[in-house]
Amino acid sequence: MKKASEIGHTVKAFDEDLGGLRALICEMGGMTEIALTSTLEALIHSNKELAAKIVENDKEIDALEMEAERVAMRIISLRAPLADDLRDVIAAMKISGILERMADYAKNIAKRVPILQNMVSIHPVPVLPVMGEMVSEMVRNVLDAYAARDPKKAFHVAEYDMEVDGLYNNLFRILLTYMMEDSGRISTCIHLMFIAKNLERIGDHATNIAEMVYFAATGKQMPERTRGKDLLASEDN
Amino acid sequence: MARKDCVIKSVPVYLSGLSLLALFIIAVSHVSVGWPILSVLMLIIVWGWWFKNISEATAPFSDTNNGSGFSDQPYPYFPATAADVIMAMDEPVLLVNDGQVEVANRAAENLLGMHIEGGDVRMAIRHPAAIRLLTEPLDNMSPVLLAGLGGLNRRWELYAYALNEEQRLILLRDQSTAHLTEQVRIDFVANTSHELRTPLATLSGFIETLEDDDVIKDRDTRHHFLGIMAREAKRMQNLVDDLMSLSRIEAGKFSLPNEIVVLSPLVAEIVSNIQASGQAKPSQITLKNQLSSDNIQGDRTEVTQLLYNIIGNALKYGRKDGQIMVNLENTDDHRIKLSIKDEGDGIPFHHIPRLTERFYRVDNSRSRALGGTGLGLAIVKQIVEHHRGELVIDSIAGKGTTVTVFLPTTDFFPD
Repeated sequence: MKKASEIGHTVKAFDEDLGGLRALICEMGGMTEIALTSTLEALIHSNKELAAKIVENDKEIDALEMEAERVAMRIISLRAPLADDLRDVIAAMKISGILERMADYAKNIAKRVPILQNMVSIHPVPVLPVMGEMVSEMVRNVLDAYAARDPKKAFHVAEYDMEVDGLYNNLFRILLTYMMEDSGRISTCIHLMFIAKNLERIGDHATNIAEMVYFAATGKQMPERTRGKDLLASEDN
Repeated sequence: MARKDCVIKSVPVYLSGLSLLALFIIAVSHVSVGWPILSVLMLIIVWGWWFKNISEATAPFSDTNNGSGFSDQPYPYFPATAADVIMAMDEPVLLVNDGQVEVANRAAENLLGMHIEGGDVRMAIRHPAAIRLLTEPLDNMSPVLLAGLGGLNRRWELYAYALNEEQRLILLRDQSTAHLTEQVRIDFVANTSHELRTPLATLSGFIETLEDDDVIKDRDTRHHFLGIMAREAKRMQNLVDDLMSLSRIEAGKFSLPNEIVVLSPLVAEIVSNIQASGQAKPSQITLKNQLSSDNIQGDRTEVTQLLYNIIGNALKYGRKDGQIMVNLENTDDHRIKLSIKDEGDGIPFHHIPRLTERFYRVDNSRSRALGGTGLGLAIVKQIVEHHRGELVIDSIAGKGTTVTVFLPTTDFFPD
């Protein structure tokens, strides 16, 4: 049996509206994805110009978020969507907010690139690019899952989160050691720590999107999965 | 073979027109039989229209029938639509109409997802620069490079062509191989410079030290330093030699070597040379020759280098007094199986697929200490490929490694 979403609505314009909203979110996702990958490139090659461009482009993403919100509200008020349509619209609204937040984190990393350029360089932090790559992969996959309404793929993205958390904890310890060894490096390390934290947040948000994609596609909450060790949880509980 | 549609075409049009008119008049005048006749009439008209189309479509084929090979081909011919052409292409192609994906071929669906057809194009490709190519005017825009589509290391170039006001043809070209080649080249240059720089740094350091008058007076220290310098210079020389042989073998890899090499005396000679040079202890290497036919079509210098490299590796990485077995036998498919087995630590399983990469080392410091250039197995692989042979590396951790080379004999190649 075909799903309702595959058959289409009697009012063709409703389908077009929903498709338009979905496409808008994808476009926004594409921009966020590029912001993230270029910010990592700018960071690794300490490219100031690229970093400045990312900060500049963030405005476009903000504008798209407003647009997405407007379109979603228009659909709700004009079409009174129900069931999977309603889930779709609500998910789109929430996802646009999250994508905007992710782009902000990318912008925040980009802003640190020129600051880090004038500091003592810390070569042996190869964990950071690896973490960046993994987070970009999560973002790419979750956006693919959204475009394809694929709950399986979304679930798989959420599983990555544990590994990113593991890398973050690892980096935390490395940077801590550096700071203890040489107090001259503390400010560099703090910046790197914030960058790592931002990446980790982006990963968390990708998981949030994955949960929404899962819910929008199936109407059920995503099943619980095993989580990584929490650095903030105390040892004895 | 006579074709029905061609016959139909030859029926005079006015005759069929007249009969149809007659039938129509009968149908209208006799109400009782009117309906069945009218429906038959409709059928005839539809049938006639269909055959007219067919015969027009096949007309070019019928014309070329005189004497050409087409005459007996009962090939149904329909004019191909743009969608058919797109579906037949290997590269991912999309036809976009006013921002919606109208047609996506199989390759595009595999790459971008099964959901893309009929949806907004931004759901298929969301790269901002690509979206600009898809939606904005196309005056002199260069292709967009898309990274990470369909895999982390894949690179695609996106081209857009405006067909008319609304329709655009999107073509994706796979640039992954070019990207990979470029990456390998960059890595190779970086690795080579690094390998050359390390001994060079040692050399210049010791030259500086030897400029010190006190050191020159002390004969032992001077000798010690000069010894190190000689070793480093030798290492650089080995590296340059290896690089040169690698590029020489690569340059000639497309043509099969045309010399006839008799394998068993060559192997015996090399084994005794190695024993005589003191690199191996007496009777450390055992040669077992079971060859009945041992002529291979090959390059003597290359085969010699292959043997030196593999046996050298067995000596370097095997246990100090471990036995090395060199085995020669014929296989059923006219090839020679040459296997060299050592007793050593072996190679961890996950390293094996990468062993023939240039400058890939399992244990960096150990390899350098033993004077390895990191190119030995890369050269072996090139030589084996040049001889159209096969290289197999088996290793059991803690027991040892067996390197097996299959080389085709002269009987293998048909004249």
